[in-house]
Amino acid sequence: MTPSLEAVGLTKEFGSFTALDHLNLKIDGAKCVGFLGPNGAGKTTTLKMFTDLIFPTAGEAFINGISVQKDRKRALADCGDLIETPEIYPSLNPLEALELSGALRGMRPEEIRARSAEVLAEVKMTEWVHEKVGRFSKGMKQRINIAASLLSDPEVVILDEPSTGLDPRGMAEVRNIVRGLKKENRLIFMSSHILSEVVDVCDEVALIDHGKLLFYDSLSNVSHRLTGNATSVELSFVRPIGDDLLSSQIATIPGVSGVARVDAQRARVMIAGGPEAQSRVLESLAAAHLGLVSFEPSQSALEELYLQEISKGD
Amino acid sequence: MSTAMPAAPGLRGKSTLGELPTTTQQALLLSRYQLRDYLRSRRFILMMLIVAVIGGILSFVLAYYHTSSAVQGLTASPDAYYGSVWGGGATVVIIFAGIIFGGDAIAGEFQNKTGYFLMGLPIRRATVYAGKFLAAVAASLVAVIFYLVILLANGAVYLGASFLPLSLGESFAIALLYLLALLGAVFLFSSLFKNSLYAVLVVAVLFLFGFTIIEDLIVGLVNIEPWFIITYAQQVITYPFLSTLPAHISTVTTPGPGGHVRTMTSYSPTYAEGLAIMAGYWVLTALAGLFLFEREEFT
Repeated sequence: MTPSLEAVGLTKEFGSFTALDHLNLKIDGAKCVGFLGPNGAGKTTTLKMFTDLIFPTAGEAFINGISVQKDRKRALADCGDLIETPEIYPSLNPLEALELSGALRGMRPEEIRARSAEVLAEVKMTEWVHEKVGRFSKGMKQRINIAASLLSDPEVVILDEPSTGLDPRGMAEVRNIVRGLKKENRLIFMSSHILSEVVDVCDEVALIDHGKLLFYDSLSNVSHRLTGNATSVELSFVRPIGDDLLSSQIATIPGVSGVARVDAQRARVMIAGGPEAQSRVLESLAAAHLGLVSFEPSQSALEELYLQEISKGD
Repeated sequence: MSTAMPAAPGLRGKSTLGELPTTTQQALLLSRYQLRDYLRSRRFILMMLIVAVIGGILSFVLAYYHTSSAVQGLTASPDAYYGSVWGGGATVVIIFAGIIFGGDAIAGEFQNKTGYFLMGLPIRRATVYAGKFLAAVAASLVAVIFYLVILLANGAVYLGASFLPLSLGESFAIALLYLLALLGAVFLFSSLFKNSLYAVLVVAVLFLFGFTIIEDLIVGLVNIEPWFIITYAQQVITYPFLSTLPAHISTVTTPGPGGHVRTMTSYSPTYAEGLAIMAGYWVLTALAGLFLFEREEFT
């Protein structure tokens, strides 16, 4: 079954304040979707309704086609989530916390042991397994929470700003973990207000503000929205690239409609066409042996669209 | 890519869910881990210290004054001994245990954010409530049994072979019912607040002296039986040791100033009434607490 998340007319009012206004959003398939929006836009409110922590004033949230509001137990059965920074019973150690989480999900003891070792290694907490969680820093607790959300190898993972509270190294590690999850063929719905994080790990992005969905689209289409049929892609090279190289070897690649230097080792290219055109340009760049180390949709395109859409509501 | 796909509410599509534990299995599982957390906590040590102090003072008094007529009267028979030292002491231990293990049981889930860990799992709120209730009962029982062991040890010294009467078992069962009733009420107050401190304070004030004051006021001012106050029922715990139960209603007339006659009425619950009050409190408060918890949001 294809993993899915769906909000149908999801609305949340706190007194006279409407935190979420008839949100309709359907996400299907194995992918990572970034849920963007400024503070107070309604991101956490949405995710809390997907996990039944708060109740909608109207509408419904579905996980894998099961209504969270009507049957939370079944809806959350194949969903791992991390909302805010949950606290674990302080006297339990990470293994016991995972044991509790796994047992409540119906995992067998030997399965819990095996998966615990895997997920604790993934979040780099193996050496702390016998320490009490109550003694951990916020960042360490967050890692255990991430491990708990992945323990049952769920098809759907809901993450609410998972790198919040972590130091730069921890943030990078969380991004790596999320990237690793994508390879395991699942749907990840991750809220964030860090655009670079979303560009780095997500395939699609949903933007919300004042409780309303402004758009939901793939990252490559985000560039299209700003540049018409062209996609803005940022290239990084292993060594500095000269202007002559930019104009002679990159600008001349079929499909490249423009090139601009970002800094000594980075450049932004405009590619006319969709993903196929991008693929051809990437192949040409690789064949040219220019020392290309990364090729990703430009963050500035998302940033530009983000600010453009947000400013409409102000 | 479409942004909006309105669809009919309810179940849709098929599910590929594995076997989830039943509600009972989940409640027992949760209670086991919650109990483990209690037993390793400072609050558990505090509770044991309270019981040790109460039991220690009692043991000291019995040992030091064992030749006095009062203590000799107390240790003349198992019923006299347990009727005096078990009922009152057990009530105090139960109240402290209820405050310590139940006061923040639900409020703490919101304030300490442990609820975010639990409620993200495929488990019903009622199951979380039941699991935490069971754990609080078990932790409180450890304290009550510790107190009982101290009394039995003293009983073995002063009563010899007859230190374990059947009436003690009956009284223990009633104490257990009182514990359930008290924890039901404590969980209700805990569900009312998202702040552990408020929950513990309100519960402590009410159970340590608030209900007793209200009970006295009701009887003194309006002269009605306070059957709706949980602490009114607690004296039933000592009934198994009594050969004659106290009168349900007793009226004492005393001469007052200016030739007036003052009539004072006191109430004691009947055996059945006491048990009914406890059972009623347990069921109604537990359900009311659950009702609140089901509607409380993790905002």
